Amino acid sequence: MANATLAADDREPWTSRLRDAGFWAEWAALVGLVVLVVVFQVLNPTFLSTGNIASMLLAAAILIVLAVGQTFVIATAGIDLSIASTMTLGAVVLGQAYSAPWGLPLSCLLAVVAAALAGMVNGVIIAWGRIADFIVTLGMLSAASGLALILADGKPVTIIDPALLALSTGGLGIFGWSFVIAVVVALVAHAVLFHTRFGTHLLATGGAPESARAMGISTQRVKIAVYTISGTLAGLAAILLVARIGAAEPASNTSFLLNSVAAVVLGGVSLFGGRGTIIGPVIGALLLVALVNGLTLLGVSQFYQPLAVGVVVVLAALLTRFQR
Amino acid sequence: MPPVLELRGIDKSFGPVQVLHDVAFSAHSGEVTALVGDNGAGKSTLVKCVGGIYPIDAGDYLFEGRPVQVNDPRAAAELGIEIVYQDLALCDNLDIVQNMFLGRERKSGLVLDEPTMEEMAERTLAGLSVKTVKSIRQLVSSLSGGQRQTVAIAKAVLWNSKIVVLDEPTAALGVAQTAQVLELVRRLADNGLAVVLISHNMNDVFAISDRIAALYLGRMAAQVKTSDVTHAQVVELITSGRSGELGLNNGSGVAS
Repeated sequence: MANATLAADDREPWTSRLRDAGFWAEWAALVGLVVLVVVFQVLNPTFLSTGNIASMLLAAAILIVLAVGQTFVIATAGIDLSIASTMTLGAVVLGQAYSAPWGLPLSCLLAVVAAALAGMVNGVIIAWGRIADFIVTLGMLSAASGLALILADGKPVTIIDPALLALSTGGLGIFGWSFVIAVVVALVAHAVLFHTRFGTHLLATGGAPESARAMGISTQRVKIAVYTISGTLAGLAAILLVARIGAAEPASNTSFLLNSVAAVVLGGVSLFGGRGTIIGPVIGALLLVALVNGLTLLGVSQFYQPLAVGVVVVLAALLTRFQR
Repeated sequence: MPPVLELRGIDKSFGPVQVLHDVAFSAHSGEVTALVGDNGAGKSTLVKCVGGIYPIDAGDYLFEGRPVQVNDPRAAAELGIEIVYQDLALCDNLDIVQNMFLGRERKSGLVLDEPTMEEMAERTLAGLSVKTVKSIRQLVSSLSGGQRQTVAIAKAVLWNSKIVVLDEPTAALGVAQTAQVLELVRRLADNGLAVVLISHNMNDVFAISDRIAALYLGRMAAQVKTSDVTHAQVVELITSGRSGELGLNNGSGVAS
């Protein structure tokens, strides 16, 4: 299922691949997910019950959308540290617009536009100001959450809307609408990354910026585009977040930032840019959600969960050293 | 037949430093023209002027006998002039097809037209009798130095180019790979292209070139038929700007 373009020449028998550390590095997230599922299922049979699977997929939706956005940025050798606070900003904009009251469709649109603008500002400053993406998005992390606090005056807004309720409770069988949206986002992202001119230019920008520029690719425009995409997806995630918790809170969502980067790393995307898939980070996101969910089911204290996530992510990063 | 590329009286300065003085240069279809000269003689500058990266200060730039303005790389590419620089401008993380079409991808609707691109790449490589590449979907990072050079050259000829300039294509290669790349360069000329080969290696130059242009301190010392000169004469042209009757006259402004 890896992207066909990057793996088309691999035609050796699969048995020889099992002895290759690179293979394991590439599929670390999937292997980890399978191992976790087996372990948790053995320890607690309710883990794979329909209800729990449905709730895990729903919980994973926001993280998948954020991880896809983060993948675009990391594939250009950048990083978006502001992705979670941009989501918070989007949620607050949604809440304020909804209570204005401007109706749900317009409120959702404004949330996405606000988040996309924050992303575009990141991109423009990084591309034209030639400032390290780490610094710029760190600044935006603070600025966006500050802006969210100012807009909301520090207070959460409760949003009871039938459409948002349906988004978080309805669905196709065990696949909640939020998860369906996340899957659609991932499919579109995969198509963009591997089957469009923009995707090729993005990978070229991440892998060999000098060569990309020599071939007439505007790496600056690619940079602006990926941060804008990341912001837009943070805005979409904001809608899913508001639907899920039934309120727009100006609270910081730091764990979403860490987990979005973690999912991307688990998914085998190179932090040096130019290499990666979309399916990898999606599986990475599912793994992180399964890990937290399983630990909760086993009655492990919440305090241990960040520790577990940290250990898993660093192990995955170690594995990527064996990537081909 | 007139040369496909002809430069006359080219001057180029960077601030107070004049790098090219009154340089004349020509390249003919179906021929390999070797551009030789010591470090700092102006080879790279001349090539960048040809490729439109440096606009020329003075002189005539004639393409197929017509005077043209080449002020940026795009203008050069539109005329059919492709330059393969030493760093090859390849992306290691992309495959051969992606690299050959980078920046000029074929699309059908919104998505990439992979079948057409694969077919064009396949045809170009076959036209160059390249058989060393296993799959055109191989990542460039998995290729040897000679294969990378081959891909860079194939990328340059993919666009029905008329002139291909190669900047030291064999500099980083071993013996066998050098022979392969030289053979490929010769084949480009035999297919009717005008090839300009920058090289420091006299053996390479004499093995495949039809003409030799020797630069000396920013001046064209001589442009001669390869069959008319000896190894030693070319070395003299490179190191002192003249050799017997050939080359720059005394008192032509070159410090001696």
